[in-house]
Amino acid sequence: MASEHTAHINIQQEEASWTGGSEPFKASYGKLMMWYFLLSDAFTFSAFLICYGTLRFSMPTWPVPDFVFSALPGGIHHMPLIFVTIMTFVLIASSVTMVRAVQEGHRDNKKGVVFWMALTIVGGLCFLGCQAWEWTTLIGEEKMSITRDPFGTHTENGTYIDGDGHDIKPGDSFKAHSSYLIHFHDGHFNPLTFKTEAGEIKYQQMGPKAFGALFFFITGFHGFHVFSGVLFLTIIMLNVSSGIYAKRANNYEMVEKIGLYWHFVDLVWVFVFLLFYLL
Amino acid sequence: MSHLSYEESKKLVVKGLILLGIITLVEVFIALLGKGYIIHDFHLPRWIMYLLMISMSLYKAYFIVYFFMHMKYEVPGLVKSVLMPTLLLVWAVIAFFSEGKTWREWRALKNDRTIASLQVPAIHKEEHNTKLDEGHTDSKSEEHKESLTPIDTTHHESSPNIEEHKEKEH
Repeated sequence: MASEHTAHINIQQEEASWTGGSEPFKASYGKLMMWYFLLSDAFTFSAFLICYGTLRFSMPTWPVPDFVFSALPGGIHHMPLIFVTIMTFVLIASSVTMVRAVQEGHRDNKKGVVFWMALTIVGGLCFLGCQAWEWTTLIGEEKMSITRDPFGTHTENGTYIDGDGHDIKPGDSFKAHSSYLIHFHDGHFNPLTFKTEAGEIKYQQMGPKAFGALFFFITGFHGFHVFSGVLFLTIIMLNVSSGIYAKRANNYEMVEKIGLYWHFVDLVWVFVFLLFYLL
Repeated sequence: MSHLSYEESKKLVVKGLILLGIITLVEVFIALLGKGYIIHDFHLPRWIMYLLMISMSLYKAYFIVYFFMHMKYEVPGLVKSVLMPTLLLVWAVIAFFSEGKTWREWRALKNDRTIASLQVPAIHKEEHNTKLDEGHTDSKSEEHKESLTPIDTTHHESSPNIEEHKEKEH
């Protein structure tokens, strides 16, 4: 009898869920859908990154990130990964200011929300600026494009080259471990010869053609997310300052939703940073 | 939604900033240390570098999702419905990466066959390059050069890496 009684109550509760009005996940429609959008977006990014990994596994060699990404603004070279570390910090910092904005929203502190959202927007714009500079360098100086990978990929005994490779002339030969990174001269490529420690003479290998396309598409897709994030942050910040959300029943929930999106952009960068720059 | 007080959440933010910053720095440090930039002629084994960097990135991802995105304070149903589908990616990674490895083996196999079909003994490849650089006086090496040209152009443009592969064979 007792179990029948419980079953009856369960059915009643279930009916209540199906007729609407209750929130089984204790989250509003908007927030839940933001989560599912982010899930689908995560799959899109994963598809891109898995494509990168698959091609990388299919190649005997791959461009060395420490050399591809070793320039700093102001004509500084030989600084592997420093610039991209700065970019990562900018994005982390903007993620943190976003958390603060959401917290101020919970306290109904309008000024606080606007202040921290403004800082987040500044962070996003800084990141976009850094990326613009990085792309300009890779396209303008290194002559990388979606159909051309100017980076030689040869490794000797698993170790890579030193030097920046900007003064190489066609026909130069190099010892292994010395610089033979760039070999684009006078509008065409000149594969360089180099000597290994054992004295063998080898030709430098061209890098995989897909590298440029992968880099520009994946960082570009991420950059597009940052860009649209900045746009939405700006719109929502203006709405906050005009007092629209304070009047709403769900208060500053819009700030939480754009916050989720913004953290997701940071989350994706963790993996882009890992695959393109660290490994 | 947060179950923390305002002061506690402010502390969490500072903690997050420091934690993520330090993890990023350590990752970059390992990348540079492992490849011999920090201590001269010191290299870490590749698998240790990769293991450390991948696990630290996953921890960063966990921290962002659970604390910055407040996943920790959501109900279990929501957590499962968002996080469990991502487990499918584990299989995607395994399947595609092993496929990529197979492509690499096939490329190497194809290069071997190209060399065999041109009847140039693979062992003389390095020797042959040396001859090219020294300038070719006898007619035999001229012939060799002609027969090898197709391979050289293809491998410079589309990068199947013959020499690399040969190196492994020895």
